[in-house]
Amino acid sequence: MKTDVSSKKVGTGRSRSYQTQAIIIKQTRLGEVDKIITIYTPEFGKLKAVAKGSCRPGSKLGGNVEPLTHSLMMLARGRNLDIITQSQAIDVFPALKNDLWRTSCGFYILELIDSFTVENNENHPLFDLLLDTLHRMCQDDNSETILRYFELHLLNYLGYRPQLRECVICDSPVKQTFNFFDPDRGGILCPGCGQEQPGARPLSVDALKILRLWQSCDYTTARRVKLGAGLRLELEQVMQGYIKYLLQREVKSVSWLEELKK
Amino acid sequence: MMIVAEPVAKLVEAFNKLPGIGPKSAQRLAYYLLRSPDEEAKALAEAILTLKERIRLCSICFNITVCDPCLICQDKERDHSKICVVERPLDIPPLERTGKYKGVYHVLHGTINPVRGIGSAELKIKELSSRLQDGSVKEVILATNPNLEGETTAMYLRRIILPLGIRISRLARGLPFGSDLEYADDMTLGQALEDRREF
Repeated sequence: MKTDVSSKKVGTGRSRSYQTQAIIIKQTRLGEVDKIITIYTPEFGKLKAVAKGSCRPGSKLGGNVEPLTHSLMMLARGRNLDIITQSQAIDVFPALKNDLWRTSCGFYILELIDSFTVENNENHPLFDLLLDTLHRMCQDDNSETILRYFELHLLNYLGYRPQLRECVICDSPVKQTFNFFDPDRGGILCPGCGQEQPGARPLSVDALKILRLWQSCDYTTARRVKLGAGLRLELEQVMQGYIKYLLQREVKSVSWLEELKK
Repeated sequence: MMIVAEPVAKLVEAFNKLPGIGPKSAQRLAYYLLRSPDEEAKALAEAILTLKERIRLCSICFNITVCDPCLICQDKERDHSKICVVERPLDIPPLERTGKYKGVYHVLHGTINPVRGIGSAELKIKELSSRLQDGSVKEVILATNPNLEGETTAMYLRRIILPLGIRISRLARGLPFGSDLEYADDMTLGQALEDRREF
């Protein structure tokens, strides 16, 4: 079992240490001065590793293992958890960390990644999406579009892509009218089918068009869409309703984002 | 039949619940107390009891204290126009040891952590802003930890305090004594450069 995992990690044979890019998702204290760091890597997906002594003031790891950091890491294999021996920051996203709203969006992004992924499950496109999203958060003020685009593509890479072309019950092509979105069936319902489903919520034509576009276009195109306040709220509610249904719980950082909006 | 006498087993179990103490350490501590003089064991028991009986939170700064208001808030010699905001009661002794701060404190009892569901309502933030309303406070020093949660909390406090027109400062960020430039992270090194001083 152990051998399988290890050989997968290095690709060739077993070595005692390996190097990887990583985005730090979370840290928890372990004893007096150590931390358990949860990272997202391109080759191995989510991993947990120990950063020894990182709570000490002079620690060489210190700021290089803070969440919302893109690092190059050297890890040594441990019996249970691997140990981070070196970490050099590639990007610390200063524009994101120096702004309350952007940092809070960052927390939300990391929470989604952490909630939806399991350890040791490689997903390279998801790593790229996460990294691109954090860069966009630094450069672009359009945080709502960035978040919705991230949510849609996150679901895409995880196999939860919502079906937005045909009614998921009767297969009829969706018409230009008020339709319904059903989180339970993961897609759109025509007005006839939608009215009979208690969990489905109405979805406007504009919102549907934008979701369809964002699902298939690149971010440069996605950000050109100008959203009114009503539409922005509708998109947010649809996406977060779907995510809540998939996780079967609230995303905790959402309530913090709501508090900041007040 | 019990292998270990009940009082010993109970004590071992109690020690085992403490952070960082496993079953073996718990046993060692319990047997040490069994062999130690009566006074030592009694002193420990009393210390634990008084801790729970007498300690409460100061109604002004929310530091842990035996008298309310706490000794720092009572002290007329201290500068009550400066409030240093810290995360935990544990953060006050090191600041006091520097001997450089003569103002008063405010303990938040945590930091904003959206991922764990901790927002402003779970911290003593409302209490801080009501302390700032009467205009006697001239400066608030934000001394939350220089990590992501601490920074988020500091930025949120700035947003609340800024409209009141009170001076807000943040503990300087820089290189710790005895460290190595080579291993400093970009965030710290960048700040250290920006906040460099005349030498």
